[in-house]
Amino acid sequence: MIDPKELKYSRDDEWLRYDGDDAYVGITDYAQSELGDLVFVNLPEVGDEVVAGEPFGDVESVKAVADVYSPISGEVLEVNEDILDDASLINSDPYGAWFVKVGNISETVELLSADEYDEYRG
Amino acid sequence: MKLIFEKSIPGRGQDIFPACDVPVALPAEDKLRKAEVHLPEISENEMGRHYTALAKRAHGVNDGFYPLGSCTMKHNPRINEKMANLPGFAKLHPLQPAHTVEGANALIADLEKMLCEITGMDGVTFQPAAGAHGEFTGLLLIKAYHTDRGDTERSEILVPDAAHGTNPASATMAGYKTVVIKSNESGTVDLDDLKAHLGPKTAGLMLTNPNTVGLFDPNIMEITRLVHEAGGLCYYDGANLNAVIGIVRPADIGFDVIHMNLHKTFSTPHGGGGPGSGPCAYKDFLAPFAPGLVCKDGEYVRAEKSIGNMTGFYGNFLVMVKAYAYLLTIGKDVHTLAENAVLNANYMQEKLKDLYPIAFDTTCMHEFVIGLDPIYRKTHVSALDVAKALLDYGIHPPTIYFPLIVHEALMIEPTETETKETLDEAIKAFREIYERIFNAPESVQMAPQTTPVLRLDDTKAAREPHLRYEF
Repeated sequence: MIDPKELKYSRDDEWLRYDGDDAYVGITDYAQSELGDLVFVNLPEVGDEVVAGEPFGDVESVKAVADVYSPISGEVLEVNEDILDDASLINSDPYGAWFVKVGNISETVELLSADEYDEYRG
Repeated sequence: MKLIFEKSIPGRGQDIFPACDVPVALPAEDKLRKAEVHLPEISENEMGRHYTALAKRAHGVNDGFYPLGSCTMKHNPRINEKMANLPGFAKLHPLQPAHTVEGANALIADLEKMLCEITGMDGVTFQPAAGAHGEFTGLLLIKAYHTDRGDTERSEILVPDAAHGTNPASATMAGYKTVVIKSNESGTVDLDDLKAHLGPKTAGLMLTNPNTVGLFDPNIMEITRLVHEAGGLCYYDGANLNAVIGIVRPADIGFDVIHMNLHKTFSTPHGGGGPGSGPCAYKDFLAPFAPGLVCKDGEYVRAEKSIGNMTGFYGNFLVMVKAYAYLLTIGKDVHTLAENAVLNANYMQEKLKDLYPIAFDTTCMHEFVIGLDPIYRKTHVSALDVAKALLDYGIHPPTIYFPLIVHEALMIEPTETETKETLDEAIKAFREIYERIFNAPESVQMAPQTTPVLRLDDTKAAREPHLRYEF
Protein backbone atom coordinates (compact mmCIF):
# COMPACT_ATOMS: atom_id res chain seq x y z
CA MET A 1 0.00 0.00 0.00
CA ILE A 2 1.20 3.54 -0.76
CA ASP A 3 1.25 5.78 2.31
CA PRO A 4 -0.94 8.84 1.56
CA LYS A 5 1.09 11.99 0.84
CA GLU A 6 -1.25 14.36 2.69
CA LEU A 7 -0.70 12.63 6.05
CA LYS A 8 2.09 13.08 8.59
CA TYR A 9 3.75 10.10 10.24
CA SER A 10 5.45 9.34 13.56
CA ARG A 11 8.37 7.00 14.13
CA ASP A 12 6.04 4.96 16.36
CA ASP A 13 3.97 4.14 13.24
CA GLU A 14 0.99 6.41 13.78
CA TRP A 15 -0.45 8.76 11.15
CA LEU A 16 -1.93 12.22 11.61
CA ARG A 17 -4.47 13.95 9.39
CA TYR A 18 -5.12 17.63 10.14
CA ASP A 19 -8.70 18.82 9.94
CA GLY A 20 -8.58 22.57 10.55
CA ASP A 21 -7.08 23.00 14.03
CA ASP A 22 -7.93 19.42 15.00
CA ALA A 23 -6.41 16.13 13.84
CA TYR A 24 -7.33 12.50 13.32
CA VAL A 25 -4.89 9.81 14.51
CA GLY A 26 -4.57 6.21 13.30
CA ILE A 27 -1.92 3.54 12.78
CA THR A 28 -0.01 3.02 9.53
CA ASP A 29 -0.29 0.22 7.01
CA TYR A 30 3.15 -0.94 8.14
CA ALA A 31 1.94 -1.15 11.77
CA GLN A 32 -1.19 -3.16 10.93
CA SER A 33 0.71 -5.57 8.70
CA GLU A 34 3.38 -6.16 11.37
CA LEU A 35 0.73 -6.84 14.01
CA GLY A 36 -1.37 -9.13 11.83
CA ASP A 37 -5.11 -9.66 12.22
CA LEU A 38 -6.35 -7.25 14.87
CA VAL A 39 -9.01 -8.47 17.26
CA PHE A 40 -9.41 -5.78 19.95
CA VAL A 41 -8.83 -2.06 20.36
CA ASN A 42 -8.80 0.03 23.53
CA LEU A 43 -9.40 3.75 23.08
CA PRO A 44 -9.55 6.69 25.50
CA GLU A 45 -12.83 8.46 26.17
CA VAL A 46 -14.05 11.76 24.79
CA GLY A 47 -12.67 14.51 27.01
CA ASP A 48 -9.50 12.58 27.99
CA GLU A 49 -6.12 14.25 27.57
CA VAL A 50 -3.54 12.64 25.28
CA VAL A 51 0.16 13.44 25.59
CA ALA A 52 2.65 13.54 22.70
CA GLY A 53 4.87 10.46 22.81
CA GLU A 54 2.74 8.66 25.42
CA PRO A 55 0.38 5.72 24.81
CA PHE A 56 -3.31 6.62 24.52
CA GLY A 57 -4.68 3.19 23.68
CA ASP A 58 -3.70 -0.27 22.56
CA VAL A 59 -4.37 -2.76 19.82
CA GLU A 60 -4.44 -6.51 20.20
CA SER A 61 -3.72 -9.00 17.45
CA VAL A 62 -3.56 -12.77 17.63
CA LYS A 63 0.21 -12.32 18.09
CA ALA A 64 0.56 -9.52 20.60
CA VAL A 65 -0.76 -6.42 22.30
CA ALA A 66 0.85 -3.11 21.30
CA ASP A 67 0.52 0.39 22.71
CA VAL A 68 -0.64 3.14 20.38
CA TYR A 69 1.33 6.35 20.97
CA SER A 70 -0.13 9.78 20.49
CA PRO A 71 1.87 11.99 18.11
CA ILE A 72 0.25 15.06 19.67
CA SER A 73 -0.85 16.51 22.99
CA GLY A 74 -4.46 17.61 23.23
CA GLU A 75 -7.99 16.66 24.14
CA VAL A 76 -9.95 13.76 22.67
CA LEU A 77 -12.95 15.19 20.76
CA GLU A 78 -14.22 11.96 19.19
CA VAL A 79 -13.40 8.26 19.20
CA ASN A 80 -14.10 5.90 16.30
CA GLU A 81 -16.75 3.53 17.64
CA ASP A 82 -16.63 1.51 14.41
CA ILE A 83 -13.17 0.08 15.13
CA LEU A 84 -14.23 -0.81 18.69
CA ASP A 85 -16.94 -2.99 17.14
CA ASP A 86 -14.81 -4.35 14.32
CA ALA A 87 -11.02 -4.13 14.66
CA SER A 88 -10.55 -5.75 11.25
CA LEU A 89 -11.35 -2.35 9.67
CA ILE A 90 -7.85 -1.28 10.72
CA ASN A 91 -6.37 -4.16 8.72
CA SER A 92 -8.50 -3.56 5.64
CA ASP A 93 -8.34 0.25 5.58
CA PRO A 94 -5.60 1.55 7.89
CA TYR A 95 -5.78 5.12 6.57
CA GLY A 96 -9.57 5.29 6.79
CA ALA A 97 -9.88 3.64 10.22
CA TRP A 98 -8.99 6.59 12.44
CA PHE A 99 -8.72 6.00 16.20
CA VAL A 100 -9.36 9.40 17.78
CA LYS A 101 -9.94 13.01 16.78
CA VAL A 102 -7.88 15.38 18.91
CA GLY A 103 -8.41 19.11 19.49
CA ASN A 104 -6.68 21.86 21.54
CA ILE A 105 -3.39 20.59 20.14
CA SER A 106 -0.49 22.00 22.12
CA GLU A 107 2.49 19.84 21.20
CA THR A 108 3.59 17.36 18.53
CA VAL A 109 6.35 14.79 18.31
CA GLU A 110 8.77 15.00 15.39
CA LEU A 111 6.67 14.14 12.33
CA LEU A 112 7.75 12.65 9.01
CA SER A 113 6.39 13.16 5.49
CA ALA A 114 5.10 10.12 3.57
CA ASP A 115 8.39 9.85 1.67
CA GLU A 116 10.46 10.14 4.85
CA TYR A 117 8.28 7.53 6.58
CA ASP A 118 8.55 5.13 3.62
CA GLU A 119 12.30 5.48 3.78
CA TYR A 120 12.30 4.99 7.57
CA ARG A 121 10.28 1.77 7.34
CA GLY A 122 11.51 0.82 3.83
CA MET B 1 -15.81 -35.35 19.29
CA LYS B 2 -18.85 -34.81 21.50
CA LEU B 3 -18.81 -32.80 24.71
CA ILE B 4 -19.59 -34.72 27.88
CA PHE B 5 -22.88 -32.78 28.10
CA GLU B 6 -23.83 -34.09 24.67
CA LYS B 7 -23.19 -37.65 25.82
CA SER B 8 -25.48 -37.20 28.80
CA ILE B 9 -28.63 -39.35 28.90
CA PRO B 10 -31.27 -38.50 31.53
CA GLY B 11 -31.43 -41.07 34.31
CA ARG B 12 -28.07 -42.63 33.53
CA GLY B 13 -25.45 -42.10 36.15
CA GLN B 14 -23.21 -43.34 38.85
CA ASP B 15 -25.56 -42.88 41.78
CA ILE B 16 -24.12 -44.84 44.68
CA PHE B 17 -26.34 -43.32 47.36
CA PRO B 18 -29.29 -45.34 48.66
CA ALA B 19 -32.75 -43.75 48.73
CA CYS B 20 -33.07 -41.07 51.39
CA ASP B 21 -34.64 -42.50 54.57
CA VAL B 22 -34.42 -39.41 56.80
CA PRO B 23 -36.53 -36.21 56.72
CA VAL B 24 -35.41 -33.75 54.02
CA ALA B 25 -34.35 -30.32 55.32
CA LEU B 26 -34.04 -27.66 52.62
CA PRO B 27 -32.46 -24.20 52.98
CA ALA B 28 -34.78 -21.19 53.18
CA GLU B 29 -36.77 -20.45 50.02
CA ASP B 30 -34.67 -17.38 49.05
CA LYS B 31 -31.48 -19.44 49.31
CA LEU B 32 -32.74 -22.10 46.91
CA ARG B 33 -31.36 -22.23 43.38
CA LYS B 34 -33.88 -21.04 40.80
CA ALA B 35 -32.40 -22.58 37.67
CA GLU B 36 -31.87 -26.28 37.09
CA VAL B 37 -28.33 -27.61 37.61
CA HIS B 38 -26.86 -28.94 34.40
CA LEU B 39 -24.73 -31.93 35.26
CA PRO B 40 -23.90 -34.60 32.72
CA GLU B 41 -25.55 -37.97 33.41
CA ILE B 42 -23.16 -40.64 32.24
CA SER B 43 -21.84 -43.98 33.49
CA GLU B 44 -18.41 -44.28 35.07
CA ASN B 45 -17.21 -46.41 32.15
CA GLU B 46 -18.32 -43.88 29.54
CA MET B 47 -16.89 -41.00 31.55
CA GLY B 48 -13.51 -42.72 31.84
CA ARG B 49 -13.44 -43.28 28.08
CA HIS B 50 -14.42 -39.68 27.41
CA TYR B 51 -11.53 -38.24 29.37
CA THR B 52 -9.06 -40.83 28.10
CA ALA B 53 -10.04 -39.86 24.54
CA LEU B 54 -9.50 -36.18 25.39
CA ALA B 55 -6.11 -36.98 26.90
CA LYS B 56 -5.06 -38.82 23.73
CA ARG B 57 -5.82 -35.72 21.68
CA ALA B 58 -3.70 -33.46 23.86
CA HIS B 59 0.08 -33.15 24.08
CA GLY B 60 1.59 -33.10 27.55
CA VAL B 61 5.11 -33.42 28.84
CA ASN B 62 4.43 -37.17 29.20
CA ASP B 63 3.72 -37.43 25.46
CA GLY B 64 6.84 -35.85 24.06
CA PHE B 65 9.27 -32.96 23.87
CA TYR B 66 7.77 -29.70 25.16
CA PRO B 67 10.30 -26.86 24.68
CA LEU B 68 7.86 -24.07 25.52
CA GLY B 69 10.17 -21.11 26.22
CA SER B 70 9.91 -19.48 29.66
CA CYS B 71 7.59 -22.24 30.88
CA THR B 72 10.16 -24.82 32.10
CA MET B 73 8.15 -27.88 31.08
CA LYS B 74 10.44 -30.35 32.80
CA HIS B 75 9.63 -33.88 33.91
CA ASN B 76 7.68 -34.10 37.17
CA PRO B 77 9.12 -37.02 39.14
CA ARG B 78 6.41 -39.45 40.24
CA ILE B 79 7.76 -39.63 43.77
CA ASN B 80 6.49 -36.06 44.25
CA GLU B 81 2.94 -37.23 43.56
CA LYS B 82 3.35 -40.20 45.86
CA MET B 83 4.38 -37.96 48.76
CA ALA B 84 1.56 -35.46 48.11
CA ASN B 85 -0.91 -38.37 48.13
CA LEU B 86 0.08 -39.51 51.62
CA PRO B 87 -3.18 -39.23 53.60
CA GLY B 88 -1.38 -37.36 56.41
CA PHE B 89 -0.90 -34.51 53.90
CA ALA B 90 -3.75 -35.01 51.45
CA LYS B 91 -6.56 -35.24 54.00
CA LEU B 92 -5.74 -32.24 56.16
CA HIS B 93 -8.26 -29.49 56.73
CA PRO B 94 -6.98 -25.90 56.76
CA LEU B 95 -8.94 -25.12 59.93
CA GLN B 96 -7.32 -27.89 61.97
CA PRO B 97 -5.61 -26.63 65.16
CA ALA B 98 -1.87 -26.20 64.76
CA HIS B 99 -1.02 -28.95 67.25
CA THR B 100 -2.78 -31.55 65.05
CA VAL B 101 -0.76 -30.65 61.93
CA GLU B 102 2.74 -30.36 63.31
CA GLY B 103 4.14 -32.45 60.46
CA ALA B 104 2.67 -30.18 57.82
CA ASN B 105 3.89 -27.08 59.63
CA ALA B 106 7.36 -28.59 59.98
CA LEU B 107 7.37 -29.27 56.23
CA ILE B 108 6.43 -25.65 55.49
CA ALA B 109 9.15 -24.38 57.83
CA ASP B 110 11.73 -26.73 56.35
CA LEU B 111 10.83 -25.82 52.77
CA GLU B 112 11.06 -22.14 53.72
CA LYS B 113 14.58 -22.76 55.02
CA MET B 114 15.58 -24.51 51.79
CA LEU B 115 14.16 -21.77 49.58
CA CYS B 116 15.94 -19.15 51.70
CA GLU B 117 19.18 -21.04 51.17
CA ILE B 118 18.57 -21.16 47.40
CA THR B 119 17.62 -17.48 47.08
CA GLY B 120 19.69 -15.92 49.86
CA MET B 121 16.53 -14.34 51.26
CA ASP B 122 15.40 -14.35 54.92
CA GLY B 123 11.74 -15.35 54.78
CA VAL B 124 9.14 -16.84 52.46
CA THR B 125 5.37 -16.53 52.16
CA PHE B 126 3.70 -19.46 50.46
CA GLN B 127 0.37 -17.69 49.95
CA PRO B 128 0.72 -16.75 46.26
CA ALA B 129 -1.03 -19.32 44.08
CA ALA B 130 1.20 -18.86 41.01
CA GLY B 131 3.92 -16.69 39.48
CA ALA B 132 2.01 -13.50 38.66
CA HIS B 133 0.32 -13.69 42.06
CA GLY B 134 3.82 -13.87 43.58
CA GLU B 135 4.85 -10.76 41.61
CA PHE B 136 1.77 -8.92 42.84
CA THR B 137 2.56 -9.95 46.43
CA GLY B 138 6.18 -8.79 46.07
CA LEU B 139 5.07 -5.41 44.74
CA LEU B 140 2.59 -4.97 47.59
CA LEU B 141 5.48 -5.65 50.00
CA ILE B 142 7.56 -2.99 48.24
CA LYS B 143 4.64 -0.58 48.40
CA ALA B 144 3.99 -1.30 52.09
CA TYR B 145 7.68 -0.69 52.81
CA HIS B 146 7.75 2.73 51.12
CA THR B 147 4.41 3.77 52.60
CA ASP B 148 5.46 2.71 56.10
CA ARG B 149 8.49 4.99 55.85
CA GLY B 150 6.26 7.87 54.81
CA ASP B 151 7.85 7.77 51.35
CA THR B 152 4.64 8.18 49.37
CA GLU B 153 5.90 9.87 46.20
CA ARG B 154 7.27 6.67 44.66
CA SER B 155 4.77 5.79 41.95
CA GLU B 156 6.83 4.07 39.25
CA ILE B 157 8.05 0.53 38.66
CA LEU B 158 10.79 0.10 36.06
CA VAL B 159 10.39 -2.91 33.78
CA PRO B 160 12.74 -3.83 30.92
CA ASP B 161 11.17 -4.22 27.46
CA ALA B 162 12.17 -7.90 27.42
CA ALA B 163 10.18 -8.62 30.61
CA HIS B 164 7.43 -11.20 30.97
CA GLY B 165 4.06 -9.57 30.25
CA THR B 166 3.01 -10.31 33.80
CA ASN B 167 5.49 -7.71 35.16
CA PRO B 168 3.73 -4.57 33.88
CA ALA B 169 0.38 -6.23 34.64
CA SER B 170 1.38 -6.85 38.28
CA ALA B 171 2.74 -3.31 38.60
CA THR B 172 -0.56 -1.91 37.33
CA MET B 173 -2.53 -4.16 39.70
CA ALA B 174 -0.43 -2.84 42.58
CA GLY B 175 -1.31 0.73 41.59
CA TYR B 176 2.02 1.63 39.99
CA LYS B 177 2.86 3.23 36.68
CA THR B 178 5.08 1.00 34.54
CA VAL B 179 8.14 2.66 33.02
CA VAL B 180 9.71 0.61 30.23
CA ILE B 181 13.52 0.38 30.09
CA LYS B 182 15.08 -0.40 26.72
CA SER B 183 17.35 -3.30 25.96
CA ASN B 184 20.75 -2.60 24.43
CA GLU B 185 22.23 -4.23 21.33
CA SER B 186 23.39 -7.25 23.31
CA GLY B 187 19.84 -7.93 24.54
CA THR B 188 20.33 -6.87 28.17
CA VAL B 189 19.36 -3.74 30.15
CA ASP B 190 20.54 -0.45 28.61
CA LEU B 191 22.30 1.23 31.55
CA ASP B 192 21.94 4.76 30.14
CA ASP B 193 18.20 4.30 29.67
CA LEU B 194 17.96 2.89 33.21
CA LYS B 195 19.82 5.90 34.65
CA ALA B 196 17.61 8.29 32.68
CA HIS B 197 14.48 6.83 34.26
CA LEU B 198 15.64 6.42 37.87
CA GLY B 199 14.60 9.12 40.32
CA PRO B 200 12.56 10.11 43.35
CA LYS B 201 9.47 8.48 41.79
CA THR B 202 11.15 5.08 41.45
CA ALA B 203 9.53 2.51 43.74
CA GLY B 204 11.46 -0.38 42.30
CA LEU B 205 12.74 -2.43 39.39
CA MET B 206 11.38 -5.79 38.24
CA LEU B 207 13.95 -7.94 36.48
CA THR B 208 14.21 -11.48 35.17
CA ASN B 209 17.79 -12.71 35.15
CA PRO B 210 18.56 -14.49 32.90
CA ASN B 211 16.08 -12.50 30.86
CA THR B 212 13.56 -13.73 28.31
CA VAL B 213 16.12 -13.88 25.50
CA GLY B 214 18.08 -16.30 27.69
CA LEU B 215 20.90 -13.93 28.65
CA PHE B 216 22.37 -13.30 32.10
CA ASP B 217 22.80 -9.55 32.55
CA PRO B 218 26.55 -8.88 32.98
CA ASN B 219 25.81 -5.50 34.61
CA ILE B 220 23.46 -6.90 37.23
CA MET B 221 25.49 -5.65 40.24
CA GLU B 222 25.54 -2.13 38.84
CA ILE B 223 21.83 -2.26 37.93
CA THR B 224 20.71 -3.20 41.45
CA ARG B 225 23.16 -0.70 42.99
CA LEU B 226 21.76 2.14 40.85
CA VAL B 227 18.17 1.27 41.79
CA HIS B 228 19.06 1.19 45.50
CA GLU B 229 20.90 4.52 45.23
CA ALA B 230 17.71 6.05 43.81
CA GLY B 231 15.80 4.70 46.82
CA GLY B 232 14.01 1.89 44.96
CA LEU B 233 13.86 -1.82 45.74
CA CYS B 234 14.79 -4.66 43.39
CA TYR B 235 12.30 -7.39 42.53
CA TYR B 236 13.56 -10.64 40.97
CA ASP B 237 11.08 -12.34 38.68
CA GLY B 238 12.01 -15.94 39.47
CA ALA B 239 10.38 -17.40 36.36
CA ASN B 240 13.82 -18.20 34.95
CA LEU B 241 15.36 -19.42 38.21
CA ASN B 242 15.93 -22.83 36.63
CA ALA B 243 18.88 -21.32 34.75
CA VAL B 244 20.81 -20.34 37.88
CA ILE B 245 19.45 -22.42 40.75
CA GLY B 246 22.20 -23.56 43.11
CA ILE B 247 24.71 -21.28 41.35
CA VAL B 248 23.52 -17.67 41.72
CA ARG B 249 21.49 -16.46 44.70
CA PRO B 250 19.22 -13.51 43.80
CA ALA B 251 19.95 -11.85 47.18
CA ASP B 252 23.68 -11.88 46.40
CA ILE B 253 23.15 -9.90 43.20
CA GLY B 254 21.22 -7.18 44.98
CA PHE B 255 17.59 -8.28 44.96
CA ASP B 256 15.30 -7.59 47.93
CA VAL B 257 12.26 -9.68 47.05
CA ILE B 258 11.57 -12.49 44.61
CA HIS B 259 8.96 -15.03 43.62
CA MET B 260 9.67 -18.59 42.59
CA ASN B 261 7.47 -20.88 40.54
CA LEU B 262 7.33 -24.17 42.44
CA HIS B 263 5.35 -25.51 39.45
CA LYS B 264 8.27 -24.80 37.10
CA THR B 265 11.69 -24.83 38.75
CA PHE B 266 10.64 -27.30 41.43
CA SER B 267 8.97 -29.81 39.11
CA THR B 268 5.31 -29.76 40.08
CA PRO B 269 2.81 -30.18 37.23
CA HIS B 270 1.47 -27.09 35.48
CA GLY B 271 -0.06 -25.87 32.27
CA GLY B 272 -3.37 -27.61 32.83
CA GLY B 273 -1.68 -30.41 34.76
CA GLY B 274 -1.97 -29.02 38.24
CA PRO B 275 -2.28 -25.94 40.43
CA GLY B 276 0.62 -23.55 40.73
CA SER B 277 2.47 -22.11 43.67
CA GLY B 278 4.45 -18.87 43.51
CA PRO B 279 6.02 -18.31 46.93
CA CYS B 280 7.47 -14.88 47.51
CA ALA B 281 10.81 -14.63 49.36
CA TYR B 282 12.01 -11.41 50.95
CA LYS B 283 14.76 -9.88 53.01
CA ASP B 284 14.25 -9.28 56.74
CA PHE B 285 13.24 -5.63 56.42
CA LEU B 286 10.13 -6.68 54.46
CA ALA B 287 9.10 -9.38 56.98
CA PRO B 288 6.81 -7.06 59.02
CA PHE B 289 4.55 -6.74 55.95
CA ALA B 290 4.27 -10.45 55.04
CA PRO B 291 0.79 -11.70 54.13
CA GLY B 292 -1.22 -14.53 55.67
CA LEU B 293 -0.70 -16.53 58.82
CA VAL B 294 2.45 -18.33 59.85
CA CYS B 295 2.81 -20.97 62.53
CA LYS B 296 5.01 -19.88 65.43
CA ASP B 297 5.42 -22.01 68.56
CA GLY B 298 2.24 -23.93 67.83
CA GLU B 299 0.13 -20.80 67.21
CA TYR B 300 -0.96 -19.16 63.96
CA VAL B 301 0.18 -15.55 63.96
CA ARG B 302 0.06 -12.63 61.56
CA ALA B 303 2.98 -10.30 60.78
CA GLU B 304 2.89 -6.97 62.61
CA LYS B 305 2.04 -4.73 59.59
CA SER B 306 0.77 -7.48 57.30
CA ILE B 307 -0.55 -6.54 53.86
CA GLY B 308 -3.41 -8.99 54.59
CA ASN B 309 -4.33 -12.22 52.86
CA MET B 310 -3.28 -12.94 49.29
CA THR B 311 -5.36 -16.13 49.28
CA GLY B 312 -7.14 -18.37 51.76
CA PHE B 313 -5.06 -20.11 54.41
CA TYR B 314 -1.51 -21.25 53.60
CA GLY B 315 -1.34 -21.41 49.79
CA ASN B 316 -1.41 -24.55 47.67
CA PHE B 317 -0.02 -26.86 50.33
CA LEU B 318 0.17 -30.08 48.31
CA VAL B 319 2.21 -28.32 45.63
CA MET B 320 4.62 -27.40 48.44
CA VAL B 321 4.79 -31.07 49.44
CA LYS B 322 5.78 -31.99 45.86
CA ALA B 323 8.46 -29.29 45.69
CA TYR B 324 9.79 -30.42 49.07
CA ALA B 325 9.98 -34.04 47.89
CA TYR B 326 11.83 -32.84 44.78
CA LEU B 327 14.40 -30.85 46.77
CA LEU B 328 15.00 -33.71 49.19
CA THR B 329 15.50 -36.05 46.23
CA ILE B 330 18.00 -33.73 44.49
CA GLY B 331 19.75 -32.67 47.69
CA LYS B 332 23.06 -30.86 47.35
CA ASP B 333 23.16 -31.54 43.60
CA VAL B 334 20.57 -28.81 43.00
CA HIS B 335 23.10 -26.87 40.88
CA THR B 336 23.12 -29.69 38.30
CA LEU B 337 19.58 -28.67 37.30
CA ALA B 338 20.84 -25.31 36.08
CA GLU B 339 24.00 -26.75 34.57
CA ASN B 340 22.14 -29.31 32.47
CA ALA B 341 19.34 -26.91 31.52
CA VAL B 342 21.96 -24.46 30.20
CA LEU B 343 23.91 -27.23 28.50
CA ASN B 344 20.82 -28.55 26.70
CA ALA B 345 19.81 -25.10 25.47
CA ASN B 346 23.31 -24.36 24.19
CA TYR B 347 23.51 -27.76 22.49
CA MET B 348 20.32 -27.07 20.53
CA GLN B 349 21.31 -23.49 19.75
CA GLU B 350 24.70 -24.63 18.48
CA LYS B 351 23.16 -27.32 16.25
CA LEU B 352 20.63 -24.92 14.71
CA LYS B 353 22.50 -21.65 14.36
CA ASP B 354 23.96 -22.40 10.93
CA LEU B 355 20.41 -22.43 9.55
CA TYR B 356 18.21 -20.36 11.85
CA PRO B 357 19.05 -16.75 12.84
CA ILE B 358 19.69 -16.62 16.61
CA ALA B 359 18.38 -13.34 18.06
CA PHE B 360 21.45 -12.70 20.20
CA ASP B 361 24.16 -15.04 19.00
CA THR B 362 26.19 -15.74 22.12
CA THR B 363 26.34 -18.47 24.77
CA CYS B 364 22.81 -18.65 26.13
CA MET B 365 21.42 -19.68 29.50
CA HIS B 366 18.45 -22.06 29.83
CA GLU B 367 16.72 -20.90 26.65
CA PHE B 368 17.45 -19.22 23.34
CA VAL B 369 15.43 -17.22 20.84
CA ILE B 370 15.33 -17.66 17.07
CA GLY B 371 14.38 -14.47 15.19
CA LEU B 372 12.83 -15.84 12.02
CA ASP B 373 12.23 -12.37 10.54
CA PRO B 374 14.90 -12.49 7.75
CA ILE B 375 13.55 -15.87 6.60
CA TYR B 376 9.95 -14.66 6.85
CA ARG B 377 10.75 -11.60 4.68
CA LYS B 378 12.16 -13.89 1.97
CA THR B 379 9.69 -16.79 2.09
CA HIS B 380 6.53 -15.62 3.90
CA VAL B 381 6.91 -18.64 6.17
CA SER B 382 6.33 -17.29 9.68
CA ALA B 383 7.23 -18.33 13.22
CA LEU B 384 3.62 -19.51 13.56
CA ASP B 385 4.05 -21.79 10.51
CA VAL B 386 7.24 -23.33 11.93
CA ALA B 387 5.52 -23.85 15.28
CA LYS B 388 2.60 -25.59 13.58
CA ALA B 389 4.94 -27.75 11.48
CA LEU B 390 6.64 -29.05 14.65
CA LEU B 391 3.30 -30.55 15.72
CA ASP B 392 3.57 -33.09 12.90
CA TYR B 393 6.86 -34.27 14.42
CA GLY B 394 5.20 -34.90 17.78
CA ILE B 395 6.88 -31.85 19.33
CA HIS B 396 5.06 -29.18 21.30
CA PRO B 397 5.87 -25.81 19.68
CA PRO B 398 8.14 -23.34 21.42
CA THR B 399 6.77 -20.02 22.67
CA ILE B 400 6.23 -17.75 19.66
CA TYR B 401 6.03 -13.98 19.13
CA PHE B 402 7.66 -13.44 22.52
CA PRO B 403 9.79 -11.68 23.67
CA LEU B 404 8.38 -8.68 21.82
CA ILE B 405 11.84 -7.22 21.13
CA VAL B 406 12.55 -10.05 18.66
CA HIS B 407 10.51 -10.17 15.43
CA GLU B 408 9.04 -13.56 14.47
CA ALA B 409 10.42 -15.00 17.71
CA LEU B 410 10.63 -18.71 18.53
CA MET B 411 11.70 -19.11 22.13
CA ILE B 412 13.08 -22.55 22.94
CA GLU B 413 13.64 -23.95 26.43
CA PRO B 414 14.53 -27.65 26.34
CA THR B 415 14.97 -28.05 30.16
CA GLU B 416 17.45 -30.40 31.85
CA THR B 417 15.27 -33.51 31.83
CA GLU B 418 15.54 -34.24 28.08
CA THR B 419 18.04 -36.77 26.77
CA LYS B 420 20.53 -36.07 24.00
CA GLU B 421 18.52 -38.43 21.78
CA THR B 422 15.36 -36.33 22.24
CA LEU B 423 17.27 -33.13 21.53
CA ASP B 424 18.78 -34.71 18.40
CA GLU B 425 15.32 -35.71 17.18
CA ALA B 426 14.09 -32.15 17.69
CA ILE B 427 17.15 -30.70 15.95
CA LYS B 428 16.48 -33.03 13.01
CA ALA B 429 12.85 -31.84 12.88
CA PHE B 430 13.90 -28.17 12.91
CA ARG B 431 16.44 -28.81 10.15
CA GLU B 432 13.92 -30.69 8.00
CA ILE B 433 11.42 -27.86 8.44
CA TYR B 434 14.12 -25.43 7.32
CA GLU B 435 14.59 -27.41 4.09
CA ARG B 436 10.83 -27.39 3.55
CA ILE B 437 10.64 -23.61 4.08
CA PHE B 438 12.68 -23.20 0.91
CA ASN B 439 11.69 -26.29 -1.09
CA ALA B 440 8.00 -26.62 -0.23
CA PRO B 441 6.97 -23.53 1.74
CA GLU B 442 3.27 -24.24 1.34
CA SER B 443 3.73 -27.57 3.19
CA VAL B 444 4.89 -25.58 6.22
CA GLN B 445 2.17 -22.97 5.81
CA MET B 446 -0.45 -25.76 5.66
CA ALA B 447 0.85 -27.62 8.74
CA PRO B 448 -0.18 -29.46 10.81
CA GLN B 449 -1.56 -32.39 8.84
CA THR B 450 -1.47 -35.24 11.37
CA THR B 451 -3.13 -33.70 14.44
CA PRO B 452 -6.76 -34.26 15.60
CA VAL B 453 -7.56 -30.72 14.40
CA LEU B 454 -5.73 -28.92 11.59
CA ARG B 455 -4.81 -25.22 11.48
CA LEU B 456 -7.24 -23.28 13.64
CA ASP B 457 -8.58 -19.87 12.72
CA ASP B 458 -7.34 -18.03 15.79
CA THR B 459 -8.46 -14.68 14.38
CA LYS B 460 -12.04 -15.88 14.16
CA ALA B 461 -11.73 -17.49 17.59
CA ALA B 462 -10.72 -14.11 19.04
CA ARG B 463 -13.23 -12.06 17.06
CA GLU B 464 -16.23 -14.35 17.55
CA PRO B 465 -15.49 -16.28 20.73
CA HIS B 466 -17.97 -18.88 21.95
CA LEU B 467 -17.26 -18.72 25.63
CA ARG B 468 -19.94 -20.91 27.11
CA TYR B 469 -21.95 -23.96 26.22
CA GLU B 470 -25.60 -23.22 25.62
CA PHE B 471 -27.89 -25.80 27.14
